Amino acid sequence: MLVTTAITVVRTRSLFAIVMLSGVFSLLSALLLVTLDAVDVAFTEAAVGAGISTVLLLGTLALTSRFERPVRRSPLPPLIVVLVTGAALIYGTMDMPNFGSPEAPAQTHVSPDYIQRSPHEIGVPNIVTGILASYRGYDTLGETAVVFTAGIGVLALIRLLRRRRDGEGNTKEGASLMRHHLILRVVTKLLVGLIMLFALYVQFHGDYSPGGGFQAGVIMAVAFILYGVVFSLDQVQMVLPPWLVHKLVALGVLIYAGTGIYSFFVGFNFLDYSALNPQHPEHGQHYGILLVELGVGITVTGVMVAIYYAFAARPPILSDEEW
Amino acid sequence: MTTENIHHVSASLGDHLPVLVVLVPFVAAPLLVFIGSRRLAWSIAFAASAISLVISFLLLMRVIGGEVISYHLGGWAPPLGIEYRVDAANAFVLLLVTAIAVVVLPFARESVRAEIPDRQNTLFYALFLLCLTGLLGVAVTGDAFNVFVFLEISSLATYVLIAQGSYRDKRALTASYDYLIMGTIGATFFVIGLGLLYMATGTLNMADIAERLVDQAGNRTVRAAFAFIVVGIGLKVAIYPLHLWLPNAYTFAPSAVTAFVAATSTKVAVYVLMRFMFSVFQPVFLFEVNTLEFIILPFALLAMFAASFIAVFQSDFKRMLAYSSIAQIGYMLLGIAFLTETGLTAAIVHLFNHGITKAALFMGVGIYALRLGGSFLDDIEGAGRRMPWTSAAVVIAGLSLIGVPGTAGFISKWVLVEAALEKGWWLIAILIVASSLLAVIYVWRVIEVLYLKAPKGDVIVKEAPLSMLLPLWVMALACVYFGLDTDLTISAARAAAEGLMAGTSGMR
Repeated sequence: MLVTTAITVVRTRSLFAIVMLSGVFSLLSALLLVTLDAVDVAFTEAAVGAGISTVLLLGTLALTSRFERPVRRSPLPPLIVVLVTGAALIYGTMDMPNFGSPEAPAQTHVSPDYIQRSPHEIGVPNIVTGILASYRGYDTLGETAVVFTAGIGVLALIRLLRRRRDGEGNTKEGASLMRHHLILRVVTKLLVGLIMLFALYVQFHGDYSPGGGFQAGVIMAVAFILYGVVFSLDQVQMVLPPWLVHKLVALGVLIYAGTGIYSFFVGFNFLDYSALNPQHPEHGQHYGILLVELGVGITVTGVMVAIYYAFAARPPILSDEEW
Repeated sequence: MTTENIHHVSASLGDHLPVLVVLVPFVAAPLLVFIGSRRLAWSIAFAASAISLVISFLLLMRVIGGEVISYHLGGWAPPLGIEYRVDAANAFVLLLVTAIAVVVLPFARESVRAEIPDRQNTLFYALFLLCLTGLLGVAVTGDAFNVFVFLEISSLATYVLIAQGSYRDKRALTASYDYLIMGTIGATFFVIGLGLLYMATGTLNMADIAERLVDQAGNRTVRAAFAFIVVGIGLKVAIYPLHLWLPNAYTFAPSAVTAFVAATSTKVAVYVLMRFMFSVFQPVFLFEVNTLEFIILPFALLAMFAASFIAVFQSDFKRMLAYSSIAQIGYMLLGIAFLTETGLTAAIVHLFNHGITKAALFMGVGIYALRLGGSFLDDIEGAGRRMPWTSAAVVIAGLSLIGVPGTAGFISKWVLVEAALEKGWWLIAILIVASSLLAVIYVWRVIEVLYLKAPKGDVIVKEAPLSMLLPLWVMALACVYFGLDTDLTISAARAAAEGLMAGTSGMR
């Protein structure tokens, strides 16, 4: 099904259908990840791939045309590159350990150590969270910085284009139109609170069950975006003004890095959360993970909302007379 | 925050130096956005880069004798946790990157003011710092996946920085987009390679991977991993057939960004390539030796000639320099492909010398763009007489690009020829000299235009402001200094090459 979807995406000319299909693609890969027992990753894929990026792509679509212009160019060179890459991948699989084999190096070298050591060293039942936030916490800090970079990068780019906003009168459907749908408004009002609650649950329960800062941040952002889409940008910006979003984006990274810097002062290595409670390292680890996940959550929420604001502010705002 | 970090540099916390070199710009970037002050942005960026420069100098002094510093992030010992591992090779790269940042930033102040609106200031310098952070993080780490994470930080920041050139020329947007697509393909290939390696070894720590790869030379998964990693990084290095993103990206980016990126980012990628070829995979693998000899070597030679040849016909000075960069990368790859200690030394010395040379030249271009409105050869006609200081520095750097004795460029080419002769490859030694002749042609074209043509029009052109001249001259003088006193560069490069050639034992 993944392959079928991918091929359809390539062959379709309607951009709208492509956006929808890539949402389907993400959802399918999330399912695939679930069957592979990678629940945390599946969760992220579903939230980011199927959720946010579809919304953002639709937002972009509102600013351009709905159909792709046909391109006439020889498909041969790219085809050869793709075939060579595919061949290399298949060549690489020939000496791979069998799927799920307990003798595979991936199962025998580092993983058993993680599984044995994390319950008493980290004190967090979800081993994945333990690895992400503590053993390899520095990578996660890096990933947060990637999100941060992407966020301010998009802001910088959107500002770049600000001057070229002229005469795009054909984007009438959009945010403001929905103001008149009573049912949507009521349902949204009910849902937004629940979504936020769920985001907080995912955020703070990430150490027991699948979830954590990345997923929670996305879900939290969805709540704001939904509110913005159904009501209006102005109203959601009254709740969460853009300047505050910008601060949040940076604040999250600072919380994460700050947690690490704190450990300097107590004489530990960078990001050694044992510093938070030297008598009980495993409690320190637990606090540390909660803190850094909070940082991740804040940055991710901030970035997602900031990107949404940046895109949503682009179409010319319609005055009432126009429709 | 920055003052706090200065405090850390004190000897009592000297053990944290490996992480601090990355952390200072890392923390400064969100801090800058958090404060959101346009006026403070530049100062914070400069302070953070300067601190990093001091730290990387201290680090290099510690490891130049062949020692290795290992720093365990989060307090977890390596294969479980992530490790920062500083030896002569990466300390040298750290020094280059931070030094270029410190020199380019004062230059950037004027140049950015002219090319980018003020309201972008905060974000611009935050992205600059993130780019720096990413490059430093890639250089300092001993963990294969960590390389990928920081590579992404620096790449994302670079794409946006290049796109900022669109205030002057809208083509910067497409140039940046091309680079984004190519760079992302490169990163994907790299991460596929890492995945295959993880499958074969079950670990992500470089030293650990190397140890577990020793008896897996014939493993086809490992071979595929090698291929994917070389192509992935090759895209970032701009190895000859994979260089298509580079000319446009360098040409249309803001001057300060070009000066910084051209001098650092491809160099860091070359370092990563060396690290993976020598420290992770073993040079004794027949597969790797074959790849180097039959693929990398011919392409390196091709780059030296083809790219130089294209450079000769450019009418834009900036674009000419971009093509010349591709050719110079050819020299570094050639040094790597020799698979000898002298060859590697040449590659590493050239990495440094070419970095400072190109930084000087691109800053010169930036000054012409500011004062004369462009960097086309038509625009700079007769600039030698109207802007004597700028042009003199450009000439010095140009000579270093050719490799005239007494300049830094000569040293690296000398070592490279030496390495070729050591292997008995006479033909290649001759080719190195011959390709330098092409550089003579394109540099001479510029000198001719600068000094022998009459200035166009009667508009009075002012010499560049001091804040731009000073960084330019620092780099130009560095080109001469490192051409006369080779103590630091050669000994650091030799220590680095020894460490790399020692393979696994060098890592443990």
